[in-house]
Amino acid sequence: MKRIAVTVNGTRRESEVEPRQLLVIHLREDLGLTGTKIGCDTTSCGACTVLIDGKSVKSCNVLAVQADGREVTTIEGLAADGTMHPLQEAFRNNHGLQCGYCTPGMIMAALSLIDAGTPLEDEEDIRLALEGNLCRCTGYQNIVKSIKDAAGQMRSSASA
Amino acid sequence: MARTEQAQRYVGGGVLRKEDPELLTGQGKYTDDIVVPGMVWAIVVRSPFAHARINSVDTSRAGGMPGVIAVYSGADLASEWAGPLPMAWPVTEDINNPPHWPVAKDKARFAGDAVAVVVAESRAQAKDAAASVEVDYEALDPVVGVEAALRDGAPLVHDEFGTNKCYTWPLADGEVDDVFAKAPVVVKERYVHPRLIPNAIEPRAIVVQPVPSQGEFTMWSATQVPHIAKVTLSITLGIPESKFRVIAPEVGGGFGSKLQVYAEEAICLAVARRLGRPVKWVEERSENYLATHHGRGMIQDMEVAATEEGKLLGVRAKMLVDMGGYLQLVTPGIPLLGAFLYAGPYSAECYSVEFTGVFTNRTPTDAYRGAGRPEATYAVERIMDALARRVGKDPAEVRRMNFLPPFSEPTPTPSGLSFDSGNYEATLDKALELVGYDELRKEQAARRESKDVKQLGVGLSTYIEMCGLAPSQVLASLRYVAGGWDSATIRCHPTGKVTVLSGATPHGQGHETSWSQIVADALGIPFDDIEILHGDTAVVPLGMDTYGSRSVSVGGVAIHHAAERVKEKARKIAAHELEVAEDDLEFADGKFQVKGAPDKAKSIPEVAFSAWTAHNLPEGLEPGLEETYVFDPPNFTYPSGAHICAVEIDTDTGKTEVVRYIAVDDCGTIINPMIVEGQIRGGVAQGIAEALFEEAVYDDNGTLLTSSMATYAIPSAAELPRFTLAGNVTPSSTNPLGVKGVGEAGTIAAPPAVVNAVIDALSHFGVTEIDMPATPERVWNAIQNAKGGSK
Repeated sequence: MKRIAVTVNGTRRESEVEPRQLLVIHLREDLGLTGTKIGCDTTSCGACTVLIDGKSVKSCNVLAVQADGREVTTIEGLAADGTMHPLQEAFRNNHGLQCGYCTPGMIMAALSLIDAGTPLEDEEDIRLALEGNLCRCTGYQNIVKSIKDAAGQMRSSASA
Repeated sequence: MARTEQAQRYVGGGVLRKEDPELLTGQGKYTDDIVVPGMVWAIVVRSPFAHARINSVDTSRAGGMPGVIAVYSGADLASEWAGPLPMAWPVTEDINNPPHWPVAKDKARFAGDAVAVVVAESRAQAKDAAASVEVDYEALDPVVGVEAALRDGAPLVHDEFGTNKCYTWPLADGEVDDVFAKAPVVVKERYVHPRLIPNAIEPRAIVVQPVPSQGEFTMWSATQVPHIAKVTLSITLGIPESKFRVIAPEVGGGFGSKLQVYAEEAICLAVARRLGRPVKWVEERSENYLATHHGRGMIQDMEVAATEEGKLLGVRAKMLVDMGGYLQLVTPGIPLLGAFLYAGPYSAECYSVEFTGVFTNRTPTDAYRGAGRPEATYAVERIMDALARRVGKDPAEVRRMNFLPPFSEPTPTPSGLSFDSGNYEATLDKALELVGYDELRKEQAARRESKDVKQLGVGLSTYIEMCGLAPSQVLASLRYVAGGWDSATIRCHPTGKVTVLSGATPHGQGHETSWSQIVADALGIPFDDIEILHGDTAVVPLGMDTYGSRSVSVGGVAIHHAAERVKEKARKIAAHELEVAEDDLEFADGKFQVKGAPDKAKSIPEVAFSAWTAHNLPEGLEPGLEETYVFDPPNFTYPSGAHICAVEIDTDTGKTEVVRYIAVDDCGTIINPMIVEGQIRGGVAQGIAEALFEEAVYDDNGTLLTSSMATYAIPSAAELPRFTLAGNVTPSSTNPLGVKGVGEAGTIAAPPAVVNAVIDALSHFGVTEIDMPATPERVWNAIQNAKGGSK
C-alpha cells in the first residue's frame, strides 16, 4: 500500500492505496465521489474524464498514485453553493443529456477545453475537440450546442 | 353548449427536464454507484472459445487466493436453478427452444459464455482469482454464419435438435405466387444486416442484497425491465415473487440491450442466496461486447412485383435470422416486430414474409433500437429505390405513386394490420422541400457531367413503424407469453402535491418530465408539485417497462386515464361540498367550477384535502384521492416519416460524408418537443452509424474481432453531421392523447436513407449494391468493380 494525498475539489484527502489502484476507482470507491463514471476501461469513451491540475484526463487510465500531491476536480466540484456551473446550466438548457452517464465526462472535458483556450466558436472545432468522449443517446448536436453556449458565456464574462 | 377547453399549459411545450440537475451534478445513482455494507464482488469467467466442450473446471487454485470466498462452476450452481433463463417468445409451436443455464455446464456455445463465477471480498481480488480458474476445454468446430449453419453436416450448436434451425415463421396474405408470376416487373435483391453491438455507455451492473432470515432479495440492476425481471427471475431462481424486489435506479442508456434478463442477474441472486451476503457484479466493456446481447444479424431475400410504371403489386421476402448460441428473452420474436412492415407505407395486393431463425456460435441476439423494424424498413426502402431504377423513375415519384392515401381512422394494410393514421405524401413533400431536392438533383447531374471526384447522392427513406407494444390479445396470437399493457397510479396528497407511479421504466428518455406535463395539464397541478416514481417493483407493482417506443403510447396513456379517474372521483366530492349536482360543474383552469358562478370552485388539491380528512364525503364514497389505471392498447401506433440524406463520396478514396440530413417525423401528438427531437437525433446518429461504421466482425473461429470501443466504430461528434428536423402531426386514432412514440424512429429511418444515397451517388458507374456498413473500402471496391477494374 502507498500513502497518497490528493486535493479533490479543493479538499485534501489522504489515503492508503494499492499501487495498481486506478484513479477512477479511488475517486469512486475510496472517496465516495461516484459522479465520475466508468464506461469502457480502455480510455475510449471518456465517461471517467476528470481534471488533474486543470487539465482533462481519463481517470480509468491514471493510477491513483500518479495523482499524489496534485489537484483533482470532478463533476461534484463544479456547482457552487447550490448554483450550477455555466456548463451544467448550458447542458440543461440545450437538452445536452439524456441518460446522463457520459455527461460528467463530457462536461469535464469541455471545461478543460474552455480553460485551455481551445477555439470553440465553430461547431466543427467543438466536434473535433470532443472526439475522445462518446455519447450514445444524443447524436451530439445538443452537446455541441451546450458547449458552444457555455464557452461563449464563460469567455465573455471572463473578458468583461 | 360550448365545450370548455382547458388551457394547454404544459403538453406541447419545451419544458426543461426534471431529471437533469441530479444527473448534471453527479448526484444521480446508477447501479455501480450503489454500495451495500458487507458486499462481496463477483467476477464471471468466460469461455474464450466459440464452441467447446467443458471437460472440467478446477477451482482449487483460485479458491485459495487472497480474499476469495467461493468459486463456482456451472455444475456447482446447477442446484440453484428452478428453471433455465427466461425465453418469453416461442414464435411457433415447434420452435427448438434449448434450455439456457446461467453458467454453462457441459458446453460453451459462444465466446463469452459464462463457465465459472469467482466471489471475493474485493473487485481486484475476484479479478485476480478469475485468471486462476482452470477450465479444460475441448475446442469444437464452430458455426459462425447463418447460411453455413444450415448446410448439411454443419457443427450443431445444440446437438439435441439435430439441426441449427430454430424455427420458420411465415405470414402470407393474397395470391402471392400468382401475382409474382404474372407481374410485368419483379425486382429481387439480397440485403445483409450485420450484427450490431448496442453499446449503452453505462455497462450492465447488478447488486443483490439478501435478507437470509426472511428469504428476501432486493436486486438493483441496470435494466430496462425490472418488472419483467422480477417475474422471470423468480421462476428461474425459485424465489417467491412476494419476496423479491427489483430496482432499476438511474440507467445509463439501453437501446434494447437492457431489455433482457441476463445470466449475471441469476448468478448474483444465486450467490447471494448461497452466501447470505450482498453481491455486486459490474460488467467490463470487454464483457459487454461478448455477453450483452447483440442486435440485427439478418439476411433478407427481398422481392417486389410491380407494373411497368412502378406501381407495387406484391411483396415477397425470406429472411434468415441469426439467433446466436441461445434464445434470450425475446430473441426469436424480434423479426416479428417488423414482419408486418415489409410493405412500408405503400399499398400492395399481396404480401408474404417468412423468417427462419438459425443458431450460431455467437453471442445471442435480441432487441436493439428498432428491433425488427429497421430490418423491415431497410428492405422496403432499398427495394423501392431499386424499383425506381428499374422503371426509370425518380425514387420520390415511385414512392408517391404507391403511398396509402391520407387517413385518420384505422385503415387496413397489405400485411393485415390496420394502421392508425397517416399522411405520408405530405410528410415526403415537406422533406423534399427542406432538403432542396430539385437543386440537389441538378447539382448531382452537374458533378456527374464534370466527372467530379466528389460525387453527390441523395437517398430517401419514407418509413412506417409499429409502436405502442402492444395489444395483449395480438401478443397472444403471436405466441408472446406476456401482456402489453401498462399501469399508472396518481396519488393526490392532502398537501396538494401529487405522486405518480408509472410502470414505464426510463433510461434517458425523460419520462419524469413528460409524465409531469400530462398530469399538470390534466389536473391543474403545478409541474413542480408532481413527482414521478418508476423502476422499483415495490413502489410500482404493475409495470411492463420501457422498450419498443411504448412508453408514451401505453404508459403515458395510462396516466391520462388515471387522471380522468381522479377527476371523476374529485368531481363527486367537489359537487357534494359545493352542494350542486355533478353536471353543474365544469373542470377548467384546474378547478371544478359551478357553471355560471366560477367563483364557486374547488381545485384538485382542495378536494384531495377533503378526501383525506373524510369529514364530509358523499354517502358511500371511500376516503382518499388515488386512482390506478391499467391501459391495454386496442391497437399499435404507427409513426411514420420521411428522411432524406445527401452524401458526398470521394471516388478516389471511397469515403462517404453525410452533407445534409433532413428528418420529417410524424410521431402523433408531441408532449415535449425538446425530448422528441432529442430522441430523433440520437436515433438518426445510431442509424447513420449502422449504415456507415458499425459491424460486429467475427473470424472463422467465432472470435469477435471488434471487441472493444477501439475496434468497433462508435461515431464520435466528429464523424456525425448536424441534422435538420421537422414534423408533421397526424394524431393517433389508437389512444385519446393521439401519441404514437418516437424512440426508435431514427434507427429505423436512417440506414436506408444513407445507403440509398451512397448507391445513388455511384449508380451512374453501374453500382447497385453496397452492404452495410458502407465503409470506404466497400465503397471503393464497388466503384472499381462497377468500372470493371481490379480490386
